[in-house]
Amino acid sequence: MSTESIAAPRSNSAQSPKYKRSKGNNSSFEMAAWLFMRLSGVVLIVLIFGHLFVNLMLGDGIHAVDFGFVAGKWASPFWQIWDLVMLWLAILHGTNGVRTIINDYAERSGTRMTLKTVLYVASGVIVVLGTLVIFTFDPCPPGAVIDLPSFCPVP
Amino acid sequence: MWSWVGHRITGVVIFIFLLVHVLDTSLVRVSPEAYTAVIGAYKNPIMGLGEAGLVAAIVFHAFNGLRIIAIDFWKKGPKYQRQLLWGVLALWAVTMIPFLIRHLTIVFSNFFGGH
Ligand code: HEM
Ligand code: HEM
Repeated sequence: MSTESIAAPRSNSAQSPKYKRSKGNNSSFEMAAWLFMRLSGVVLIVLIFGHLFVNLMLGDGIHAVDFGFVAGKWASPFWQIWDLVMLWLAILHGTNGVRTIINDYAERSGTRMTLKTVLYVASGVIVVLGTLVIFTFDPCPPGAVIDLPSFCPVP
Repeated sequence: MWSWVGHRITGVVIFIFLLVHVLDTSLVRVSPEAYTAVIGAYKNPIMGLGEAGLVAAIVFHAFNGLRIIAIDFWKKGPKYQRQLLWGVLALWAVTMIPFLIRHLTIVFSNFFGGH
């Protein structure tokens, strides 16, 4: 039976597979995502290279990193904001990148949905956790003894 | 083509590292002991090499990312994409050599020399 035997307008399925799309084709979202990958990439270069330089190259490099080191950095709003922006941009950029890869390789739509759900949940949890850690950080936790920054009151 | 494969793989590797990295950093909210114990693992020579590999991946992804941006936005980008790839590899080497000297010195001298 051809489509001609059914008068227009017809439903969007079976007889006219050309229009068998769910809702919209998301092209403006994909455009925004494409642009975001490039803009966030440029900003991330500065943030991540800066992060690696300060934590691996300066002073005693990786050997200087301990609780006191983190406390020293997060005592300044400068590094708090730095890490916050780096966290959000890197997670969004990475999540969107992995989403593209899932779309490319997972052919069954069920598999795609499952993988993307896992991806979004993982990214969401990490972004919330990372944000909370930056803002609820306590440099002088009660009862702690080792590696405290020098500005903590002596117990 | 290979640069695209490399860009994909490094992107995924960095993303997975980042998920774990936020988890290990979150130990600062548990206790200084917990954080310092886990970060201590980052200081042995094997992890030191792992960090070098991670940085190598990021530096490639970052410079190749700039190349992709140049190809997309610069009028002559597509024409010179091959030369740009050589540029990426050259910049990668120029960044990695001093980085490796400094990082591996820190990792190995502290391990064998102690404090
Ligand atoms: C082996 C290399 C690395 C070391 C030694 C390292 C070390 C650290 C340290 C000590 C902190 C605590 C706060 C601070 O210092 O600012 C931190 C936080 C952070 N790092 Fe790294 N880092 C490394 C690589 C990376 C990379 C490659 C990324 C990005 C993809 C990254 C993203 C972050 C983020 C987003 C935070 C904040 C975490 C939070 O909000 O809880 N780091 N890192
Ligand atoms: C350091 C600065 C960075 C720059 C300049 C950069 C740049 C780019 C660019 C231009 C793309 C291509 C997007 C497209 O083809 O539409 C891309 C893809 C991607 N990036 Fe990054 N990026 C950076 C950091 C990161 C980080 C930190 C992660 C992980 C958390 C990451 C993960 C990815 C992934 C998974 C893709 C998808 C690859 C693909 O579709 O083949 N990137 N990046």
